This record gives sequence, structure tokens and C-alpha cells, in this order.
Amino acid sequence: MPIQLTVAVLLILSAIGYWIGRQRAMSVSGGRVASLHSVPNYYGSFVAVWAGIPALLLVLFFLMLKGPVIEMLVLGAMSPDAVLSWAKASISPNDFQALSTAGIAGADALAETQRNLMMINIRNLATGQERFVNPAVVDALLPAAQHMQHLEATSRWSLFAICMAIAAGALFITHRKITPQFRARNNVERVVTWGLIVCSVIAILTTVGIVLSLLFESMRFFARVSPVEFLFGLQWSPQTAIRADQVGASGAFGAIPLFTGTLLIATVAMAVALPLGLLSAIYLSEYAPRRVRDTVKPVLEILAGIPTVVYGFFAILTVAPFVRDMGVALGLPVSSNSALAAGIVMGIMIVPFVSSLSDDVINAVPQSLRDGSYGLGATRSETIRQVILPAALPGIVGAFLLAVSRAIGETMIVVMAAGMAANLTFNPLDAVTTVTVQIAALLTGDQEFESAKTLSAFALGFVLFFATLALNVVALRVVQKYREKYD
Amino acid sequence: MEAMTMSQTVDPGAAAAGKIVKMSSRGTKVFYGEKRALHGIDVDIYRNEVLALIGPSGCGKSTFLRTLNRMNDTIDICRVEGKLMLDDQDIYDPKLDVVQLRARVGMVFQKPNPFPKSIYENIIYGPKLHGLATRKDEFDAIVEASLQRAGLWNEVKDRLLEPGTGLSGGQQQRLCIARAIAVSPEVILMDEPCSALDPIATAHIEELIDELRENFTIVIVTHNMQQAARVSQRTAFFHLGDLVEVGETEDIFTNPRDERTQGYITGRYG
Repeated sequence: MPIQLTVAVLLILSAIGYWIGRQRAMSVSGGRVASLHSVPNYYGSFVAVWAGIPALLLVLFFLMLKGPVIEMLVLGAMSPDAVLSWAKASISPNDFQALSTAGIAGADALAETQRNLMMINIRNLATGQERFVNPAVVDALLPAAQHMQHLEATSRWSLFAICMAIAAGALFITHRKITPQFRARNNVERVVTWGLIVCSVIAILTTVGIVLSLLFESMRFFARVSPVEFLFGLQWSPQTAIRADQVGASGAFGAIPLFTGTLLIATVAMAVALPLGLLSAIYLSEYAPRRVRDTVKPVLEILAGIPTVVYGFFAILTVAPFVRDMGVALGLPVSSNSALAAGIVMGIMIVPFVSSLSDDVINAVPQSLRDGSYGLGATRSETIRQVILPAALPGIVGAFLLAVSRAIGETMIVVMAAGMAANLTFNPLDAVTTVTVQIAALLTGDQEFESAKTLSAFALGFVLFFATLALNVVALRVVQKYREKYD
Repeated sequence: MEAMTMSQTVDPGAAAAGKIVKMSSRGTKVFYGEKRALHGIDVDIYRNEVLALIGPSGCGKSTFLRTLNRMNDTIDICRVEGKLMLDDQDIYDPKLDVVQLRARVGMVFQKPNPFPKSIYENIIYGPKLHGLATRKDEFDAIVEASLQRAGLWNEVKDRLLEPGTGLSGGQQQRLCIARAIAVSPEVILMDEPCSALDPIATAHIEELIDELRENFTIVIVTHNMQQAARVSQRTAFFHLGDLVEVGETEDIFTNPRDERTQGYITGRYG
């Protein structure tokens, strides 16, 4: 009995429950629907929800626990002889020697990785994929594989039986509960509320999970490299030796060059995005005739829809050579991957972000303030400078901070345009690298997972996460304070 | 027909009584897109008088008020025809600087709209724009004089640096009047200045309007007919974009010539 079939039957039962509930409500109302507490559909939903959801939750629970429980049972039932003959053919002679002299009581004697390997063999046998299994161990593992098949089948059938019992019981009970006075609507409403709560809790738990996984991996990194060296070291060179005799493989994990590189590029980006975004927002909201505004605003927002990798092309093919040529013309040494080029393009990417948020806050400034200023003989630009911008300032600061956190977290443009050289510099004409670029570089390709090099990516991610989180919190607080003022 | 309207709406006895025309409107028509909001308004506004504009909602009185300092310019689809004069100056002359006009014809709005700045900065906003003062003591003098005249000085003199938005509604409105006075306008336009205020604050403002008449010419739009009777010397009754009649306030309220006016002031409609 496959699980999918169980789920399908439950869904069908639930649909039937809806119909039954509706019918029942109609019949108890005696044809006068108005005498029911709720509309008949609610009675249908009431039956459907209780017939479906508890059993489906059980299926979910079963799926989560089934694997580990069955493995535990299979391993526990294995004879020491079977384990030993598997080990003889599968693990290194030295390990086997140690195992057999220690005297073996069962699968527990194996190391965790060995046990996992054996489990994979058993599972392959049980699912009929014998070709992946070393023929020398098939005989030893066959009883365990059969045991596993048996457990799997039993568990599925009992799941099916239990689910049907639950659904049928729920159908029966809810059907009995339907009377004209029964508050099906309130009941369904409560279920909906809980459904919404569960969804938001899942979203929050995911965030928490991400933070925790970052945290744990970072701890593993900090066990190898001290946090002081990581946070304050001036040299970033994450190569570590794979073999002891390798040359030039001393790892250095000082993240300061990455932080300054990130800061430098974000600064250039904001220096581009803030004036362009803010001034275009001012033009659009205060000066532009409605027709212009209606066409320009969506066009500007198209910028936000361009994939960042396309911005990366633009940076590499157009802006970087342009910056380099300008530098050469001025007699300045410009590296071909300059922070300036990456920053400019990133700034352009952020323009719609700044402009549309600023446009919103500028529009939120009450018209009466503009009238008051015009009525005193102020021109448009005087009104904007002295009344509108000060009134909109908190919102603009919020927009700015959100844009900064976007700039700090941006990866693709800098990967393509800013280069990999971890230079500690504040010169925007040099090549620099950012935190996100390094994370991408550290985790792409085949990596040894236990090395400080790979783990350093998590520590970088952790720091980055906290930086953007702090910026977002500040930005939201600022924006909120502003909202209270005018709504 | 044209001559008859003129004689009806423009007071012939005024010149004889030695009144000086401060602003005048002849045949003013206002369009919002295709829709005509005013159908040709003829009226004179005399120096140092309070002219009340009354009439039912949507009759065009606020629109007319806003043509007097070209506040309608901020509305894209609005178009004005006719001749509007401030002394010898054509208000809708394309060469005229709107900024200068609005310095001479100030405005107070329906809802108090102090800027989110300190009381002090609210007052010196206009003088600063127009370069009326440069030194700190000059600004101080303007702030004190304006607040004195708006009857707000004693209430706020110890907290001039606090935000203007923190005052009560009535105080805010007097702050806005002080802000308008600070640029020494010749005419002050008031668009239902008391509609958002409680009766006590309203009484305060009405008293103030009466005092301000000494130095300014005031045009006030009001829905409150008792208020028009209390504060104004002359009253103009608007109806559906027409100026139905204008005259001494006492005459309008005791002896209206037009039956629409009578209907409105006796509360039959509006």
C-alpha cells in the first residue's frame, strides 16, 4: 500500500465529507436554510476538515519517523555473525582486526560511518537494487533486508488502516454533531486561524533554522580559527594545505579586507543610487506631469526586474572598460576589475529600490503642507528642500538603510565585476573582493567539507547576516516611527 | 445683460463712501478640464474690509478664493479666464511672479497646517524666503510681532523652539495666521479657517480677524452664516458657480434681494 494512495483516499474521503456535511445540514434545517446557525457550506467544510486534517497530519508524522525507526529495528535484530561477515568484506583489514578482537555483540559495535554504509547496502538489497551491493556481502545481509521489507510493508498497511479509522471516526462524529444550532462557521474559522498560525510559524522556524545552521557551522570554524583573528586579521588567504608537503598553503583568515571591500563597494553603490534614486523620486512626485509619471515610473521599475547576472555583463563589458579608459586618460592606475565599476553598476541596480520607496514617502507628506508653503510664496524647490524633504526624511533614511542592506548582500555583480583579490584598500580604483563573493567562491566546486577554508564561508555568512539584520531592524524602526506621524 | 450683472454685483455706492478697491474681479471664469466651476464673477474687495464668501458646498467660493493668489496653478487641469486685479497689477499677467503675488496675498487654510518644525521656524519660514530679514534680532522681532498680532505670543513665548505640530488645533490655526502675517501681506485669504476648531478656538480666531482688519484686507470663506455676520463687513453669496449677490453684510442677512440668497440664509437649502 503506497503512501500516495493513502493520501489520495484521505483527500477523497474529505471531499465526500464536505458533501455529506452539506447534505446533513440541509436535511436538519428542514428546508429552511436560514434556520441554520451557519451557511450549509460551513457544515461541509467542518466535516471535510476534521475528516482530512488529523489523518493527514498522522501521515506527515509517520513519514518523518518511519526511516529512523525501521533502521533501528533492523539493526537491533541483526545477528553479530551477519555484521561480522559484512565487515570482513567491507572495511579495512586493520579496522576489522580491531573489531573482531574486541568481540562483537551486534551492529552497535560498528563506527557510525560504517553503520551507515551497511545500512545503505541493506536498503539497496531491500529495494531490489542488488547491482549496487558487493556480491560478497549479499548473503550476510539478506535476512536484514527481508526484515526491512517486511517492516516497511507492515508499517504502510497499518498507517492506511489507522488513517481510515481516524477519518471514518471523524466523519461519523462530525456528522452526528450537525444540528441547526451547531456553530460550524466559528469552528471552521478557528481551524483557518490555526492554519495561518502554522504557516507563519513555519516561516519563522525556517529563519531560525537558517540562523542556527549558520551558527553551528560558524562554531566549527571558530574552533579552528580564533574569532579575534577572523574579525580583526588583516590578511585573507583561505587556502589550506590538503597534503602536508604542499607549497604556499598557509591559511590566513583575517576578514577585514573583505569587510572593507564590501563597505567600499556599498559606499560607491549608495553614492550612485541615493542621488539618482532620490532626485528621480522628487522629479516624479513633485514636478512630472501625470502622463510622464505614469510612463516613467513603470519603466524605472523595470530596472528592478533585470536579473543581477545581466547587470554583471553590463559591468564587465561596458562600465569596467569605460572606467579603466577614463583612468588611463587621466593617468591613474586602474585595475581592470575595479571597485568603482562594480559599485556604479550595483548603484544603478538599487536606483529603483531607492526611488520607489522615496516616492512613497514623499507622496505621504500631506498636500496641506505643500499648500501652506506655496501660499507663503515659496517656489517648488524651496518647498521641497524646506518642507517636504524634512518631513519625509525618516522615511527616506529607512529607504536608504534598506538599500544599503541590499547592496551589502548583492553577490552576482561583484563576482563578475569586482574580482577576487582581497586587497585591504580604500581606493575605489583597485580590485577588491566582498564577503558575498568569497562565500560564493569558497562553496562552489568540490570542497572538502571539514576544512577551515570551507567552514569560513559560514562564519562570513554569519557576520553578513548580522550586519544586514541590524540594518533592516534600524530601517524598519525608522520607517515605523515615520508612519505613526502621518497616518 | 452684461451691464445689468455689473450693476447688480458691483456696489455703486462704494466709491462715494471713500472706499478704495484693493482687489477686483471681472468676468472670472474657472475651468477644471471641460467642466466650468465659475461662470463669470464680478466683485470688488475693498481695503481694510472683511469680505465673507458664503454659499452651499461646491458653489465655487473656495475656487474663487484660490484664484486670488493663483493657488489654482498647482492643479494641472485648472484654467482661469477673466480679469483679476490686485491694485494696478493683473494677477494672471504671464509676466507676474507668482512668488511675489503670494507674498502680497497670503493664505490660511481649512485645516491648520503648521510645518513639522519649531514654532519659531514656522514663523520665519516666509520672511526667510523673501529675504525680509537677515539678522537674528530682526527675525526675533518678526516672530514676536507676528505672534502678538495673532494673539498667540503669551501662550507660546516660552516654548518657541518646540514643534508647531504640538500645539492644540486652535493654537495651530493662529500659528498659521501668524505665519501668514509674518511676510506682511496686503491681503489675507482664509478658507474656512474655523471649520476644524471647537467653539472657543473659533471665537478666538473671529476676534483676531476683526483686529487684523485694521492692517489687512481679508477674504474669508465660511459655511457658518453667524460667523459671516459676525466678522465681515460685506458678504458675497455664491450659488452653482455664480455670484448671486454681494453687499453690506447687514443688508444681505436682513434684506436679501435674490430669493436664492434668502433661501440659503433662512436654511431652506445648502
